[in-house]
Amino acid sequence: MSYGPRRVVITGAGTINSLGHDVATTLEAMREGRCGIGPLDLRDVERLSVQIGGQVRGYDEQAHFNRQQIALYDRFTQFTLLAARQAMAQSGISFTDEESEMSGVVLGTAGGGVNTWDENYRTVYEEGKNRVHPFVVPKLMNNAAASHVSMEYNLRGPSFTVATACSSSNHAMGLAFQMIRSGMCRAMLTGGSEAMLCFGGVKAWEGLRVMSKDACRPFSANRNGMVQGEGAAVFVFEEYEHARARGAEILCEVAGFGMTADAADIVMPSAQGAERAMRGAMRDAGLNPEQVGYINAHGTGTAANDKSECASVAHVFGAAADRLMISSTKSMHGHLIGGTGAVELLACIMALKDGVIAPTIGYEEPDPECALDVVPNEAREAKVDAVLSNAFAFGGLNAVLALKAA
Amino acid sequence: MELRDKVIAIIAEQAMLEPSDVKPEHSPADLGIDSLGLVESIFAIEEAFDISVPFNANAPEESDFDISSVAAIVSAVERLVQEQHASA
Repeated sequence: MSYGPRRVVITGAGTINSLGHDVATTLEAMREGRCGIGPLDLRDVERLSVQIGGQVRGYDEQAHFNRQQIALYDRFTQFTLLAARQAMAQSGISFTDEESEMSGVVLGTAGGGVNTWDENYRTVYEEGKNRVHPFVVPKLMNNAAASHVSMEYNLRGPSFTVATACSSSNHAMGLAFQMIRSGMCRAMLTGGSEAMLCFGGVKAWEGLRVMSKDACRPFSANRNGMVQGEGAAVFVFEEYEHARARGAEILCEVAGFGMTADAADIVMPSAQGAERAMRGAMRDAGLNPEQVGYINAHGTGTAANDKSECASVAHVFGAAADRLMISSTKSMHGHLIGGTGAVELLACIMALKDGVIAPTIGYEEPDPECALDVVPNEAREAKVDAVLSNAFAFGGLNAVLALKAA
Repeated sequence: MELRDKVIAIIAEQAMLEPSDVKPEHSPADLGIDSLGLVESIFAIEEAFDISVPFNANAPEESDFDISSVAAIVSAVERLVQEQHASA
């Protein structure tokens, strides 16, 4: 085949998160503005000062995996595999031998097997034992999920894991997009996963003092911090002609990607870095601000992010900001850290395909420093042709995807 | 449960077989236990008998723990239990 710029489309999606164990349930929750955040159910929760999170409920690993798989699959890998199965089933894609060599898996996660670290530190430090299970390393490593997906579907092309904190999934999907567009790959399984809701995972976040103890209220003047979530979302990104030739349903087109580094501060965001990433994604997609109808915000619900993000959007969009909708679905599913951009891409697909804009719930008081249409509390019907999905990570690493309606 | 039966139960579980199908002359490979499965079985043996098994997966034949057959594993465990629990 010849190598040259290709169009990239999404032909399958899968998820498990606090709003639901599949895409349909998750999108229904987003349409209804339902909140997946609640009291945490985990060991030693009484020793945590933050006791809420967007936890995956009603999940039985034994219903999906056998004993030997469970011995090897951390919770973040299990979530990834479940999401990947749904995405593959929806896509209906199959691979010839040559195509499987031109297809791979690029996933984002910030922490990888955090539950495995936590459980085994307990074993050696708290319980004083001197041996751990032999699979601790293959279970906790950040690339475990990507490797197991590649094995499950015999995908033998470029496969790896991206860890850029809260931007991990967007970086992963952006790279997968570029690999197909360049002609290097035919299809990619991409997205991300996180499962940090264990004692050590939450305790570490408490230390930063940026967590809310009651709710995630992005853009609201009375917001008081972020709330962690967990789960995964995985997508089939596919070269457009390949998808068309096999008559696949196209959910939307991935049109552009922008990534920048603030090179400024390890935790405080920079409006300039975010602006350059949004402009870069639009330029890459051939979009101007007037064409973008919706932004899925990074919108963490912290004082610093929401103010800085709104300032950068207002600056990039100028007069076009007046008719732009921007919402943060983290208010419903929590912040999935390295998996967050993947779950949030579902809201982007819903906007483009179904004409439904997911709301920012928990919105109580307008903040003059966040004076944009944040789609407060209730979903809205609107036809949009192009959207952006923002992710701005600790460490000042920004990754913005641009998508268009099919 | 006798030590021998306990070792066989661990090996059988790893091989996904009934204990009665595990014979003394079987090697781990005969039972379909791969290198990762072998390491997991050794971990289970250490936990069950509270012993430390000197086994290096890089050089199984040089380890002071004979894994050539089920019978050899049972004798090696018997010896380790005796050595490590006598001194305690």
